[in-house]
Amino acid sequence: MNAVRKWVGLIWILLAIATAFVGYSVMGLPKLASGKQEDLVFGIIICFILLPIVVGGLLVFGYYAFKNEYDIHK
Amino acid sequence: MNKKRSSLFSVIGASSVGTMIEWYDFYIFGSLATVISTKFFPQGNPTAAFLSTLATFAAGFVVRPFGALFFGRLGDIIGRKYTFMVTLLLMGGATFLIGCIPSYETIGFAAPVLILVLRLLQGLALGGEYGGAATYVAEHAPDHKRGFLTSWIQTTATAGLFVSLLVIMATRNFLTAAQFDEWGWRVPFWVSIFMVVVSYLIRRNMEESPVFAKAKASGKTSVNPLKESFGNKLNFKFVLLALFGAVMGQGVIWYTGQFYAMSFMEKTMNIDKEQVDSLMFIALMMGTPFFLFFGWLSDKIGRKWIMLAGMLIAILAYRPIYEKMYQVGNLETKTELIGRNVVIPSLQKNNDGSSDSVFITTQFYDDGSVAVHTEKMHLENGRVKTVDGKKSMLENRMTRLTDAGKWKLIWLVFIQVLFVTMVYGPIAAFLVEMFPTRIRYTSMSLPYHIGNGVFGGLLPAVATYLSTSAKNNGVEQWYLEGLWYPIGVAAVCFIIGALYINRKVKKIDD
Repeated sequence: MNAVRKWVGLIWILLAIATAFVGYSVMGLPKLASGKQEDLVFGIIICFILLPIVVGGLLVFGYYAFKNEYDIHK
Repeated sequence: MNKKRSSLFSVIGASSVGTMIEWYDFYIFGSLATVISTKFFPQGNPTAAFLSTLATFAAGFVVRPFGALFFGRLGDIIGRKYTFMVTLLLMGGATFLIGCIPSYETIGFAAPVLILVLRLLQGLALGGEYGGAATYVAEHAPDHKRGFLTSWIQTTATAGLFVSLLVIMATRNFLTAAQFDEWGWRVPFWVSIFMVVVSYLIRRNMEESPVFAKAKASGKTSVNPLKESFGNKLNFKFVLLALFGAVMGQGVIWYTGQFYAMSFMEKTMNIDKEQVDSLMFIALMMGTPFFLFFGWLSDKIGRKWIMLAGMLIAILAYRPIYEKMYQVGNLETKTELIGRNVVIPSLQKNNDGSSDSVFITTQFYDDGSVAVHTEKMHLENGRVKTVDGKKSMLENRMTRLTDAGKWKLIWLVFIQVLFVTMVYGPIAAFLVEMFPTRIRYTSMSLPYHIGNGVFGGLLPAVATYLSTSAKNNGVEQWYLEGLWYPIGVAAVCFIIGALYINRKVKKIDD
């Protein structure tokens, strides 16, 4: 099970990268560029709050998992 | 022997009532979002005004993690009791003042700015409150009852929403619609100050948590809880695990069951606002005892799989549930009794001298449902005003369901509240057990408020974006597309929780 935890860590890293790509290109940046006030607020929240937490957190979590930090015996 | 020694019952009572009041304060803003938007944001475009309020709502959620850091640090240094008394007073003061701010028409741009500032203070206070209350109760509770006793704190979020709906409904009942719209909406904000004073007086006489007092007496409290919590890999990895393996999924399930359901019925299904309030009230009342049940159960069979089962069932059930909800109010599947339609035309004079032509059409359906369609056309020189070649008009649709339809929705919302109780009932005990006493307040508060505030709090905005985009792109079941956000977040959280969370329950008196 610890081996599964370790290798699945790579999936979290890939998921973080995919979330960053989709989040910024499909949702965040088009909203920032739309010029509408309500879109601007939404875009700022997505680009500067939600995505950094999701992407940064998942990257570090995946890295820790891959480094066996969540090994049950550790 | 200290005469002021508190019983467990009074510990739970004092903590829960105070936390419930904080949630009440926080939710009346959301429950009154529509009326607030017309009072504090520039008039003319109701959608823009509503979105502005939603953004302010989100700002209230986004700031919560900062409150968790600020007050969590204080709670780990000076103690749980004093910290969560400060948060209570801060919240009560901010809420009361929201009810006192003159409208945009009176003081101009200062009105929305002041609302935003007070809303941010509310978010900060809430960020500090929950962790303090949960830690305080957990540190009083025996190991084998921690899930059950902390689940009383877990009922407070729903109870706060429940009481906010109750106070708003009572205020609406006592006043006419015009009085409520003019000044009555302020009453629920003013009521808060009385509740806060009572709760403060109760909390003032409580003692510090015995676990924290022991740690402090032996010099084991932290000098820099922030650095220990997030600068130390041994602890930070558990902060991440708490967030991605438990609280993130819990947050979206909580907000789907208790807020998105409400918004879906009002905005997507166009159900009468009063009917939505009353059916939410009944569903929440029916569901609330299950927080205690699942908290109790988590003491018997463990916390992890109760929470994860709640997530998994929600992931699988959300789309069928929302499809059924939508069909309950879908007028296209009902037969209209055309001969009974009533159209009332009128001319409405506005304060600025302009006029609107208003048509109110009431339609009756074979199952007893009633739909009211209001069209308000702005006039200019006696003709309908046009902007960019289009008629300048506002439309509003409202459906009033039969009792049978209302009860169908109550059961469908109740099922969602059950999911909420599964994921939320045991989570306070689960988080408390993850972290040591010296940094517990700080370490558990941050993931809790990121999971609930950021992932959960942004759910209405993200889900509305997804469903609106789907509608614009002609997707047939566009009204279900917003659910992909909670389903996706909960699915990732389920897998992480199932793989990485250790079931072993720890003692917390370290």
